[in-house]
Amino acid sequence: MQRTVYADNAATTRLSEKAFEAMKPYFCEYFGNASSLYKLGGQSQKAVDNARMVIAQCINAPQPNNIYFTSGGSESDNWAIKGAAELGEKKGKKHIISSKFEHHAVLHTLEYLEKHGFEVTLLDVHEDGIVRPDELEKAIRDDTALVTIMFANNEIGTIQPIKELAGIAHKHGAVFHTDAVQAVGTVPIDVQDLGVDLLSMSSHKFHGPKGMGALYMRKGIRLPNLIHGGGQERGLRAGTENTAGIVGMSVALKESVDNMAERNIRLEKMRDRLIDGLLKIERSRINGDRINRLPGNVNMCFEGIEGESLLLMLDLQGISASSGSACTSGSLDPSHVLLAIGLPHEIAHGSLRLTFSDENTEEDIDHILSAVPKIVERLREMSPLWEKIVKESI
Amino acid sequence: MAYSEKVMDHFANPRNVGEMPDADGIGEVGNSKCGDIMKMYIKVKDDVITDVSFKTFGCGAAIATSSMATELVKGKPIDEALKLTNKAVMEALDGLPPVKVHCSVLAEQAIKAALSDYYKKQGIDPEPIVGKATECDECHFE
Repeated sequence: MQRTVYADNAATTRLSEKAFEAMKPYFCEYFGNASSLYKLGGQSQKAVDNARMVIAQCINAPQPNNIYFTSGGSESDNWAIKGAAELGEKKGKKHIISSKFEHHAVLHTLEYLEKHGFEVTLLDVHEDGIVRPDELEKAIRDDTALVTIMFANNEIGTIQPIKELAGIAHKHGAVFHTDAVQAVGTVPIDVQDLGVDLLSMSSHKFHGPKGMGALYMRKGIRLPNLIHGGGQERGLRAGTENTAGIVGMSVALKESVDNMAERNIRLEKMRDRLIDGLLKIERSRINGDRINRLPGNVNMCFEGIEGESLLLMLDLQGISASSGSACTSGSLDPSHVLLAIGLPHEIAHGSLRLTFSDENTEEDIDHILSAVPKIVERLREMSPLWEKIVKESI
Repeated sequence: MAYSEKVMDHFANPRNVGEMPDADGIGEVGNSKCGDIMKMYIKVKDDVITDVSFKTFGCGAAIATSSMATELVKGKPIDEALKLTNKAVMEALDGLPPVKVHCSVLAEQAIKAALSDYYKKQGIDPEPIVGKATECDECHFE
């Protein structure tokens, strides 16, 4: 049988067995509404309370009630940004700072706010994919309501100096939010040490169920209601709790945090071996800083070929990966992340993202290292662009 | 988005791929900024396309449409090859996802560009025969 390698863990992860088992009783057995008074409801309430406490501990939030459950990362980002904008507007502050390579859940929310009279400044992320604190210092103004910078980039995995950025935002009286969807459960997060006001997370990125997320909200910040209705989530986000999802999320996060240190040593070793191996391919490059990046993230460009055909060829060999090429995005422009780090269009089209989790092995890396160079060679053989590149370099 | 079996077959086993050193006409369309370049080579004898090959930089659909277009014109008289439409290429591939239709347009244009080049090399103005070279509507970059 053909070997299959799942190398797209930044897109989503497999649900952990432990989380799956923990969720099961909350579908048919303990199905009660957490808001109900009788025992059956109480059991659900207890499960939700416990999960909130576990998640709070995993990111070192001072109180369980700093954690608000949502449907996922996009909802958390939308709530944090629109909510903080509304709070700012009340004080006459209508300026927001973010970065050029945020997730679309952030960038498109900011575009929406621009249409509603907000002014947005997007900070440069430079060739290494890292925001510079001194540039935030220069861009920040008295009327800056919010600074929102992602913890780690979803495509190139580069980790941002969040603590320093949050400090600058606070010095100037702005709220600080971080989209930590790629980071929670992957690298250590301590919200108190970081000093962030708001932090978004998504369950399915750390082997929890899909359709679940949370927003950390520091005490002292009270965002406006996201969903009006019942009193759930301290009245801010109405709707009957997804008990099974909440339980699954907390179990998966606890598991990810518990084996983090050991796992990351292993993943970094695998990542570095893969990067070194793929860099042996002529005219290849690693995208984003090599050191300040997520332990399981590899993002490369191979000149003269196009990413979608590379992905299809990899799929034929049992390898699931992703690309920032225009063809995979359904638009004509390649990934805004790769353009933000200064890659020209024709090189950005030839990108490959491989992202790993605890479930990947050294054998997976071997399989990828044996497949990719042959595929790149085959695609280059039929590429008129590669022909041009070779001719021009002679 | 999923490709048909035929698209995947022409992508994984492209027909008539490679350079043709003694080509009578060479046409290149698309640009690297868009992410698609197609280059077609033709050999002509007595107004018949006796051989054809291609090189393509692009997505799965770009490679598959190039491959299919070469199959559709190989051994055909020029006047028949000139009637090749992007629709015919798509139909022969059992359809393309909507965002990939432009790839079939490029394939049609690449064949026409190779024929234009052939006529130019013969000292014949290609425009009355092949028509004006058109650009892919979606590829207007500055």
